[in-house]
Amino acid sequence: MDKKPVLEIIDLYKSYGNNHVLNGFNLSLYEGENLVIMGKSGCGKSVMIKCLIGLELADSGRIEIMGNDIMKMDQEDLDEMKTEIGFLFQGSALYDSMSVRENLEFPLRRHTKKFGEIHDTTPMVMEALESVGLVSAMDLMPNELSGGMKRRIALARALILKPKIILYDEPTTGLDPITSKEIILLMGDVQKKYKTSSIIITHDVDCARVVSNRMLLLIDGINYAEGKFEELSISNDPKVKAFFK
Amino acid sequence: MIALLERFFIDIGSFSFFALRFFREIFNPPFEFKELLKQCYNIGNRSLLLVSLTGFIIGLVFTLQSRPTLMEFGAVSWLPAMVTISIVREIGPIITALICAGKIGSGIGAELGSMRVTEQIDAMEVSGTNPYKYLVVTRIVATTLMLPILVIYGDAIAIFGSYIVESVKGDVSFLMYFNLAFKKLSFTDILPATIKSFFFGFAIALVGCYQGYNCKKGTSGVGMAANTAVVHASILVFLIDFVVVLITNIFIH
Ligand SMILES: Nc1ncnc2c1ncn2[C@@H]1O[C@H](COP(=O)(O)OP(=O)(O)O)[C@@H](O)[C@H]1O
Ligand SMILES: [Mg+2]
Repeated sequence: MDKKPVLEIIDLYKSYGNNHVLNGFNLSLYEGENLVIMGKSGCGKSVMIKCLIGLELADSGRIEIMGNDIMKMDQEDLDEMKTEIGFLFQGSALYDSMSVRENLEFPLRRHTKKFGEIHDTTPMVMEALESVGLVSAMDLMPNELSGGMKRRIALARALILKPKIILYDEPTTGLDPITSKEIILLMGDVQKKYKTSSIIITHDVDCARVVSNRMLLLIDGINYAEGKFEELSISNDPKVKAFFK
Repeated sequence: MIALLERFFIDIGSFSFFALRFFREIFNPPFEFKELLKQCYNIGNRSLLLVSLTGFIIGLVFTLQSRPTLMEFGAVSWLPAMVTISIVREIGPIITALICAGKIGSGIGAELGSMRVTEQIDAMEVSGTNPYKYLVVTRIVATTLMLPILVIYGDAIAIFGSYIVESVKGDVSFLMYFNLAFKKLSFTDILPATIKSFFFGFAIALVGCYQGYNCKKGTSGVGMAANTAVVHASILVFLIDFVVVLITNIFIH
C-alpha cells in the first residue's frame, strides 16, 4: 500500500469517568485494504469505531476521513460524509419494526444528494440484496431471520449507499463456524465488487487470517502492534502472542 | 444524601434538556409526517379498548355509588348533571391519562429502550436520519394530539355507562338523561379539561421517550425504562392536574 490514507485517526483519547478507554490511539486506513483490528473484549474497539462515525465524541485527537477533519464539519456535510461509510453493527441493529425492504430503504430517505432524487428504490434494494445473496428475504421481518441472515441484511443495508469505506464491528461474533465462514467469504466478495476499504474488528483469528491485508492490535488503549498477519503471529511479545494461541 | 440530591438535580437537568430539544427540533424540517400518522394510529389503537372498558365501568360504578346518597336528599334528578360534570372535569381526564401512562408511556419506554440497547438508534444516526426527530418528536406530537381525543371518547363512554344505570334503576329515557346531563355542563368545564389533556399527553410521551432514549445497556435496562416511565408519568399527571385546577380556580371563580 502507498498513497494517502482514506481514513486516519491521530492521537485519539476517550475516557468514561476514570475509565480511560483510549489513550492516544493512531490508525491509518489505505485505499483498497482490509485492516483487521484485534483486541480483548472491553478494550475499546467499539468505542474507537463509534468515535470514527461520530456516535461518540472523542475527548481529544483528530479524525480525518478522505482528507476532511470530521470534528470541524457541520451537520450537513457530516451527513453527506456518512454516505461514504458503511457501518455493520455488532448486533446487526436491524430496525425490528420494519421489513427487510424498509430496512434497506431507510438510508435512502435522507442521502439523496449522492444519487439525486430517487423515484424507485427497488433496483437499489435488489442490487444490495443480490450482493449478499438474500433477494428472497425482501419481504420478511427481522424476527423471521436467523442470526447469519440478519448479519447479511445488515451488510446489505450498509452497502446500499455504495460506500467507499466499510466498518465491521465483530461481523462473526455470535455465529456458528459455518455461518462465520460464509460471512467472511461474503466480506471478500463485497470488497471485490464495491472496491471498498474496510476496517474489521474481530477477535476471531480465522477471520483475521483470511480477510486481513494488515493488522493492528489494540491493547491498553493504544495501537500496540501493527503488521501483516504472518508477522504478528510469530511475534515474541507475550501480549501479542496471547491473541494467536 | 448529598450524592442522592446531586443525582436528582442532574436527572432534572438532563430531562429539561431533553424536553427543550423537542421545541428546537419540532420546527426544523424535515417533518416526519408519515411516521407521525403511523404513531397517531398506533397510540389511539393501542389504548382504545382499555379506555372504553375503564370509562364504561367508571360511569356505571360512579352512578351506582352516588345514587343512594342523592336519593336520601331527594335529589336524584340532579344525578346526571353531577355525574357528567365530575366525569368531564376530573375523572375522565385523570383516569384516561393514568391508563395511557400505563399503556402508552411504558410502551414507548420499552420500544425506544430496546432500540437503544440493540443499537437501532445508533444505526439511524449513522444512516443520516435524526433519531430524535424520527422517534421522539413524532411520538410526543402524536400522544399530545391523541390524548384529548381519547379523553373525550372516554368521557362519552362513561356518561353512557351512567345512563345505563339510570335507565334501569330510575327509568329515565335516553333523551331525558342527556337533557339533564348537559344542562349544567358549560364551556368552562370542557375547556380546562381539554387543555389539561394536551399536557397529560405531552408529559406521558416525553417521560416515556426520555426513559427509553437514555436507556441503560442490557435487558434489565429496558424493563427499568418502561417501569420508570409509568411511575414518573403518573406522578406528572397528578402534578399537572393539580396545577391546572389551581389556575382554573383563579381565573374562573
Ligand atoms: N457509553 C458508555 N459509558 C460508559 N462506559 C462505556 C460506554 N461505552 C463503553 N464503555 C466502556 O468502554 C470500554 C470499552 O467498551 P467497548 O468499546 O464496547 O469494548 P469492545 O472492545 O469489546 O468493543 C468498556 O470498559 C466499557 O465499559
Ligand atoms: Mg464491541
